[in-house]
Amino acid sequence: MARRLASLAAVAALALTLSACTSGGQAKPSSTGGASGSISAGARGTVVLVTHDSFVISDALIAEFTSKTGYTLEQHAPGDVGVLVNQLVLTKDAPIGDVTFGIDNTFASRAVSNGVLAAYRSPAEGTSAAKFDLDSSNNLTPIDYGDVCVNVDHGWFSAKGIPEPVTLADLAKPAYKDLLAVENPATSSPGLAFLLATVSAFGADGWQGYWSQLKTNGVKIDAGWTDAYTVDFSGSSGKGSRPLVVSYASSPPDEVPAGGTTAPTGALLDTCFRQVEYAGVLAGAKNPAGAQAFIDFMLGDSFQAALPSAMYVYPVSSSVKVPDTWATFAPIPSSPFSMDPAQIDKNRDGWIQKWTDTVIG
Amino acid sequence: MTARRWVGWGLVAAVPLAFLGLFFVLPTGTLIARGFSTGGSLDLSGFGEVFSRPRTWRIVGLTFLQAALGTVFAVGLGIPGAYVLYRRRFRGQWLARALVTVPFVLPTVVVGVAFRSLLAEGGPLGALHLDGTLAAIVAALVFFNYSVVVRTVGGFWAHLDPRAEQAARVLGAPPWRAFLSVTLPALVPAITAAASIVFLFCATAFGIVLILGGIRFGTIETEIWIQTTQFLNLRAASVLSVVQLVVVGAVLGVSGAARRRRERALHLTAVDAARERLGRADWAPAVVTGLVGAVLIALPMLSLVLRSLQTSHGWSLQNYANLATTGGRGVLTGTVWAALGNSVRTAVLATAIAVVVGALVALVVSRRPHSRSGRRAIETLDAVFMLPLGVSAVTVGFGFLIALHRPLGLDIDLRTWWGLVPVAQAVVAVPLVVRSLLPVLRAIEPRLRQAAAVLGASPWRVFVAVDLPMVRRALGLAIGFAFAVSLGEFGATSFLVRPDRPTLPIVIYRLIGRPGAENLGMALAASVVLAALTAAVMMLAERWRPASAMGEL
Repeated sequence: MARRLASLAAVAALALTLSACTSGGQAKPSSTGGASGSISAGARGTVVLVTHDSFVISDALIAEFTSKTGYTLEQHAPGDVGVLVNQLVLTKDAPIGDVTFGIDNTFASRAVSNGVLAAYRSPAEGTSAAKFDLDSSNNLTPIDYGDVCVNVDHGWFSAKGIPEPVTLADLAKPAYKDLLAVENPATSSPGLAFLLATVSAFGADGWQGYWSQLKTNGVKIDAGWTDAYTVDFSGSSGKGSRPLVVSYASSPPDEVPAGGTTAPTGALLDTCFRQVEYAGVLAGAKNPAGAQAFIDFMLGDSFQAALPSAMYVYPVSSSVKVPDTWATFAPIPSSPFSMDPAQIDKNRDGWIQKWTDTVIG
Repeated sequence: MTARRWVGWGLVAAVPLAFLGLFFVLPTGTLIARGFSTGGSLDLSGFGEVFSRPRTWRIVGLTFLQAALGTVFAVGLGIPGAYVLYRRRFRGQWLARALVTVPFVLPTVVVGVAFRSLLAEGGPLGALHLDGTLAAIVAALVFFNYSVVVRTVGGFWAHLDPRAEQAARVLGAPPWRAFLSVTLPALVPAITAAASIVFLFCATAFGIVLILGGIRFGTIETEIWIQTTQFLNLRAASVLSVVQLVVVGAVLGVSGAARRRRERALHLTAVDAARERLGRADWAPAVVTGLVGAVLIALPMLSLVLRSLQTSHGWSLQNYANLATTGGRGVLTGTVWAALGNSVRTAVLATAIAVVVGALVALVVSRRPHSRSGRRAIETLDAVFMLPLGVSAVTVGFGFLIALHRPLGLDIDLRTWWGLVPVAQAVVAVPLVVRSLLPVLRAIEPRLRQAAAVLGASPWRVFVAVDLPMVRRALGLAIGFAFAVSLGEFGATSFLVRPDRPTLPIVIYRLIGRPGAENLGMALAASVVLAALTAAVMMLAERWRPASAMGEL
């Protein structure tokens, strides 16, 4: 009796998986059919990209990639950068894709040391891009960079007649009590970057003391960027109550009203932490040649030029022009804080733990 | 005869079991097992490690506290709501019924922002100092789950034969007495079904706890998320997943015991019992429901609608016009309307799967075998299909990615299969389908089925002639719920969905995560569209009645 039931269950399971399998096979061509019109479309097979949920590529760029290389592009984005890297680590014996984009310097060491990536030196990587190389191993190719900085609501400070803060140390001064909102580094990528900025600024011995001062000075801790920027920041359309928030150097252009000539918000350029995003060929990829072709494409002018508007980051290539509004409203900090990725990887959990003890108690 | 019947029911149970085994037990089990193995051998040292941290105990305590408070308030406020919305009638009732369901599907990040905008320092309710408090979390949990209680209890109550209560009244019992001693005991199966679902939803609440509570009110769920996605500490995550399973098991055990004590065949009517107009005698439940509706449900939704109509140039429909674009500077790959199309297509598939699987489970579980082992098997089956509500979406999502490559040794790779999205959503919707159908199926007088069988009806005929007419309303409710769950599902979907074919909640999440008034405005407008779609679907589900075989009996 029981055996009969078990075999029935097995048959049903088999039927389910088989039907799953066939419909999966049917779905593939249609899902990548965005690039039709080109004769060579898909002629050389599919490149599977595994990326994070902030990645954006326009249909026009996908079509250009396909017509240039003959590959079609299939995308998967399991979550934020942490989810992306951990997913790659957990599936490294049988990767779901060929190429990855979006691992940044805060997670790079975890990916490299777990053997997720295969070395590739792209011929398209020029000298301006090579300045952002992680190391000499060629496991990861830099594609873009951006800075996490404290953003300031200019109008709030001019209305109150208080000078705007300039440095990290200023933020702990009584003049700026109850004005700053930051994100929790355990749950937010800009929150982690800001924590790293304070660690590089005040050293392994001094950063906890600095955070105690921030706490005394009424810092507001939010779970993520969205509620910090949208609810608490006075410079966003949410019209919150705090004129200082941890965001990106690239945020201010979006607060400029259409046709406006001055930005209502700005980034404090002495409070920034540099984030670099990389691409890499996955170890064990089914289509390594296609993966390499996609990395070359990401370093090409069309993709690099689209980065600012689509993903709010700067291109690593110096041969493309950033939008005019960026040159005016999103200047690049000249000497942002940065940190050796291996050191980040080694200390991240411990620092977050200590941060939690210091700030949350 | 008995053996043949057993094989028949076994067959009916095999399909849902295979579904749950492949798409829930296997992925979740694989991931949890990975956390307990070091170099291929079993390593349980994670338990000592995790339980020696005081933080763990605090988090377990907080999980229980906020889930218990959320459940108590949702049930306490939901029962009067079920009475007003399903046992009485009044003008505009159909609209009220649809609107209370809307919060259930709203993306947590949008609700979090809406609640915080009201409560934060400088907000309209800032003077109450509720930002970052347990009260704010509980209020949001009740906001999300109120409709689960109203619909589950109300759907059952509408069928309850009112004559027992009327008899009590005729014999001189005051209304409250008649309610407490006659009606309430009859409602217990539906109330425990609703309470157990709400408890599991509250215990696994994630985004809302993070946004409204910050790190101070971490729960087991938020801790699993942090340990898995940020620290890649699968040892700790697996221990916490086991804790979660124990909590779920305990909740299901308690609710099952409570239900069994009360459960018996009730006098259900196949058509709705005649409902009286809402009158002066109903002032107490009417006031409670009106207050809940106005303050807890309507206020946050109204603030959402108003904000979606605001632009930097004043009031306008610009945010809605922008839904046909790809966002400020093109942050989306397709338009929001395209995402809505993806959502609807996915939800139709997910609903079809969930209703078929859930109905089969409910049918099997509603049987009352005479043997002890049979009853035990049915209780286990009942509990197993509730598990997906109590297990972290992160665990399921990562589980899919590591377990569905060559599952069961078959040479296939399901990890990148497009169908995983509706399947994952269906896994979450099945428990709601089961809980919507089961109280009604169980309350059907078994003698009706026996009579039909004695008269020579086949089991299929018995089902069509006896069960189906009774279960019609509940089926509409189940379909509506499954559709709503699928429309609103974010956790598992975010792991599996293709970025070039996102669903509406994924797009909303993406828009609200970008600076600029245009993107925020679009996110809010898209949320209102999601809410309106849900309300429309719920209205249809309310009115929908499958073709009935009643007349043939």
